[in-house]
Amino acid sequence: MATPTITGSPPSPPPRPQLSGLWRALSLPMLVFLSLPLMALFLRIAPARLIANFGDPYVLQAIGLSLATTVVTTLIIILGGTPVAYSLARRQYRFRRAIDTLIDLPTVLPPAVAGVALLMAFGRRGILGGLLDDLGIHIAFTPIAVVLAQVFIAAPFYIKSATVGFTSIDTELEQAASLDGASSSQVFRYVTIPLSWSALLGGSVMSWARALGEFGATIIFAGNFPGRTQTMPLAIYIGFELDLEVALTLSVILILFSFIALIIAKGILHRDWI
Amino acid sequence: MHARFPYGILLCFIGLSACTAATPSLVISSPESHANTAGQSLMVFAAASLSEAFTTLGERFLEENPGDKITFNFAGSQQLAQQLAQGAPADIFASADRKQMEAAIQAGRVSGESLQPFAQNRLVLIFPKENPAGLVQLEDLSKPGLKLILAAEAAPVGRYSQDFLEKASQDPAFGSGFKDDVLKNVVSYEENVRAVFSKVILGEADAGIVYASDVSRANVEQVATLAIPDDLNVLADYYLSLISDSQTPDLAKNFITFVLSTTGQDILASYGLIPLR
Repeated sequence: MATPTITGSPPSPPPRPQLSGLWRALSLPMLVFLSLPLMALFLRIAPARLIANFGDPYVLQAIGLSLATTVVTTLIIILGGTPVAYSLARRQYRFRRAIDTLIDLPTVLPPAVAGVALLMAFGRRGILGGLLDDLGIHIAFTPIAVVLAQVFIAAPFYIKSATVGFTSIDTELEQAASLDGASSSQVFRYVTIPLSWSALLGGSVMSWARALGEFGATIIFAGNFPGRTQTMPLAIYIGFELDLEVALTLSVILILFSFIALIIAKGILHRDWI
Repeated sequence: MHARFPYGILLCFIGLSACTAATPSLVISSPESHANTAGQSLMVFAAASLSEAFTTLGERFLEENPGDKITFNFAGSQQLAQQLAQGAPADIFASADRKQMEAAIQAGRVSGESLQPFAQNRLVLIFPKENPAGLVQLEDLSKPGLKLILAAEAAPVGRYSQDFLEKASQDPAFGSGFKDDVLKNVVSYEENVRAVFSKVILGEADAGIVYASDVSRANVEQVATLAIPDDLNVLADYYLSLISDSQTPDLAKNFITFVLSTTGQDILASYGLIPLR
């Protein structure tokens, strides 16, 4: 995880001992197993077909909706998750462990459970849904539902990373700044954020990538309507039964997106880019 | 001070996770199965709409074939056809339409000769008991603002629903714009008929189109129905066939015979399916 240094320069890695050939040979089966299915996906569809399918309105709609909803999701996660992460990192308060566990829960739950839970809360007959319905706010089967499902599933990734980032800051630096007359918002803006920048950005990218792949909660809570709630994973699932090529095209695009996101996240987390 | 962990919430989640499996499979075995070592087992791939009817059929079949075991894989017919095409081991395929059966034949898993129609199903309109949209007749489906859920066209029931709307549009009582107006009200195309049913029960939508057999289940008291007249309705033909590479073809053939027998057909009828005779 991120260990931001005050100077911002990358810590030089310790010299690595030579890896014995045996370890390398033993790690091969798992690496082959993990990479083969992904490669098979790329080999299965000719590049020309891939490009032709890319123009399919079904494909474009799904990509557009996925990008739009995940950007909103990531912004909500950053806005809502940062205070949670900061509180978790700074105070040893009463329900700390309960809250910490609660945040972990969405990452281990089957997303289908999250979908059902969201329906029970925000569905028409849900705890809040009835109230919202009376106010004329309809969530189910709208892009709002897609965003809620994504936030529920993906927020923990940002909060976890941000908490680690905030925890790693020496609190004396913040105290020094406030002794020098900085207000608490100035301390946060000019000391805390710059020092935990890489953890915040890396966590955001991870959350975005997770939101992009969200499927189970979305199909249960938001339903499936092209252009409105049918994100890329849903289009792949439904497309698999209708048109395998479309499903393959979307799968390849999703893998590329996720791969790039992970590379960026890892780059930020391990190299302290600013 | 100790933090109190919300165990109640956790339990709720665990309980819920048990009922959201995507493709439920069900194993039933007769009581003698533990004693009888010669027992054979049967893997039946059946359309989601057959879940209740086939479970009962299987139980009755095992009463006549003590020692054997039946495993059911219930899912949308299109999903089952895909699984068969990918080589999933099975002995019997029961599809909610001819198209998915043809897909299995094309994949080489089913031989055309063993194809056997065994029942029919019809469509019905369902809506929540409190009727939030004030549905009185089928024409109301085109009322602006109504929230309708259909199955995706990948699933047989989704295509049948479109066929019904098409037929209604040709009927002067509905008007030629009926189908388009109704489709504007669709809020979701669910992956299979069970998902449509669940979301209408939950009150998420104002109406949904499902099979008649879906309603004649234990939860019939949870929804209200509106019949679709025969001249507009679509009769779904259900087909049954032996999988070519079945390991237990004799038992599988016995099961097919049982489904077609008077007892079998009566069971299907009791679940709202239309028997052959």
